Amino acid sequence: MMLTKILFRNAFHNKLRSSLTILGIAVAILAFGLLRTVVSSFYAGVEAASASRLVTRNAISIIFPLPIAYTEKIRQVEGVKLVSYGNWFGGVYIDEKNFFPNFCIEPHSYFALYPEFVLNDAQKKAFLTDRKGAVAGRKLAAKYGWRIGDTITLKGTIYPGNWDFVLRAIYKGRDNTIDETQFFFHWAYLNEGIKKIWPRYAEQVGFFMIGVNRPDVAADTAVMIDQRFKNSLAETLTETEKAFNLGFLAMAEAIVTAIQMVSFVVIFIILAVVANTMAMTTRERTGDYAILKTLGFGAKDITILIFGEALVITLTGAAIGMVLTFPTSRIFGSQLATYFPVFLVSTETIYMDIAAAFCIAFFAAIIPTRHAIRIRIADGLRRIG
Amino acid sequence: MVPVLYDITFDIAEGEFLALMGPSGSGKTTLLNLIAGIDKADKGSIHVGDVDITTLSETELAAWRANSVGFIFQFYNLIPVLRAVENVELPLHLTTLSTRSRREHAERALAMVGLDHRMDHYPGEMSGGEQQRVAIARAIVTDPTILVADEPTGDLDRVSAEEILSMMERLNRDMGKTIIMVTHDPRAAARAGVLRHLDKGYLNDDAHQNPL
Ligand SMILES: Nc1ncnc2c1ncn2[C@@H]1O[C@H](COP(=O)(O)OP(=O)(O)O)[C@@H](O)[C@H]1O
Ligand SMILES: [Mg+2]
Repeated sequence: MMLTKILFRNAFHNKLRSSLTILGIAVAILAFGLLRTVVSSFYAGVEAASASRLVTRNAISIIFPLPIAYTEKIRQVEGVKLVSYGNWFGGVYIDEKNFFPNFCIEPHSYFALYPEFVLNDAQKKAFLTDRKGAVAGRKLAAKYGWRIGDTITLKGTIYPGNWDFVLRAIYKGRDNTIDETQFFFHWAYLNEGIKKIWPRYAEQVGFFMIGVNRPDVAADTAVMIDQRFKNSLAETLTETEKAFNLGFLAMAEAIVTAIQMVSFVVIFIILAVVANTMAMTTRERTGDYAILKTLGFGAKDITILIFGEALVITLTGAAIGMVLTFPTSRIFGSQLATYFPVFLVSTETIYMDIAAAFCIAFFAAIIPTRHAIRIRIADGLRRIG
Repeated sequence: MVPVLYDITFDIAEGEFLALMGPSGSGKTTLLNLIAGIDKADKGSIHVGDVDITTLSETELAAWRANSVGFIFQFYNLIPVLRAVENVELPLHLTTLSTRSRREHAERALAMVGLDHRMDHYPGEMSGGEQQRVAIARAIVTDPTILVADEPTGDLDRVSAEEILSMMERLNRDMGKTIIMVTHDPRAAARAGVLRHLDKGYLNDDAHQNPL
């Protein structure tokens, strides 16, 4: 009780030093939280991937297509429940800088396979029955102010010309980890267009998306699909959706690993700063600890005083940093929506913040505590005056 | 390791007010610390009452100090973040007293040194003399049998020093406290009943009743 009083007052005794240390911790925890959020946002797409879905692409490279005729053959493979397919369209809306992912897909099977994209029934029906119909994610529609019935023109970068679509539906994510910035339209519509300009490239798809009956044997199903097309003109490579997404991220992953390391470096730097503060304050209080020992207080009491003071300072700073992480990440998220469609502070990040704060306090307090306990009373008392 | 004290043998009677004099560096503080159980001698034994404190463990020694010794230092050594009354209460936190009786004891001790009106002040808001009086209140609040004082007036002006010395005299005379006071101020030593001189680690055999 008395010790609590002393340690709290000690923590805020030197106002300037405490404020600066707390500010430093707050900024460090904020930076740590944002960096961790970048990392977890980066993997959000991977995490959202379903274990019960496979992706089949051309074995040579994703840029080579596969014949649409494979659809039936894949459907016949044991364990396959549902087959959909699509192409990356890569269209540009008005200007290059307005990037968002846009695909053509086989609409009936696609939304059956991706229940995380939630459509209302009336809009879904309108989309399915309109050849030129399109579906946009809620965030995307909000960003450009699109309304149902609007005509949206994308300029093809792979397929030349301007392509007009009519927005028929807006999807919502099933939960807040789902990307709401994508744009889908009918594969058949793209195919018709291609028939006119490059007939040779018609009737082809970029990838198949496959729902399996049993996620636990998904790997076997993938092997069976690839065997089905062995020695054909276009061999396939089938992998789980997770592996497929990770493959896309592989290169950027090195950067993410670097970011992850930087986030720990930030914590390490602030640990050094807090350790320095604790070393200074406990040195100044050498006499206080000596007098407490003189009066009969023991090592346990000194430990409580020093660890407590370090905890008060660190947790105060960390609390401020954590509170600031939420609005800051919202600003970051809206600025970086193109790169991180989902930018949310995860519960795990908050746990890591708290764990980091405790680690900082512990390692900053341990050496001063050891010193304060070990110093002989007589020597401690001589430090006064 | 450099020896500080040599072959010192002496007795202090219960209820005595002893002044230990000597030049700077002669070992006065070291001797006082040994007697008060905050330093350990390489050789020899120290008996206080019927306890040989040189045989006590660190923890036993701490408990013995808390029970039997009150400390007064040159630089008062109050905890700066605690108010006067909280500083005086501090040693009582090692007892089983209730919050309320701790506070009562502390207030009574402060009243004895004439500082009941400064109870809620922090050390930094008080003069040196007042801080030393708070330190005396802290030293007596547990009702110890021995008071040790290391240059208690060393940092005080004449008037404050006189006040502190009178207070110590009263504690010795009226409350029967055994006091051991280190000082190199002859005027402070004059208040003690017995004088001893320490020089370069040797205790002179000239203990004498104070003529004053
Ligand atoms: N921690 C220490 N390490 C080494 N020598 C010390 C230490 N403390 C005191 N001394 C030496 O012990 C001697 C006695 O010191 P002290 O008891 O403080 O003397 P006094 O109180 O009479 O001035 C001095 O020579 C001093 O330099
Ligand atoms: Mg001394």
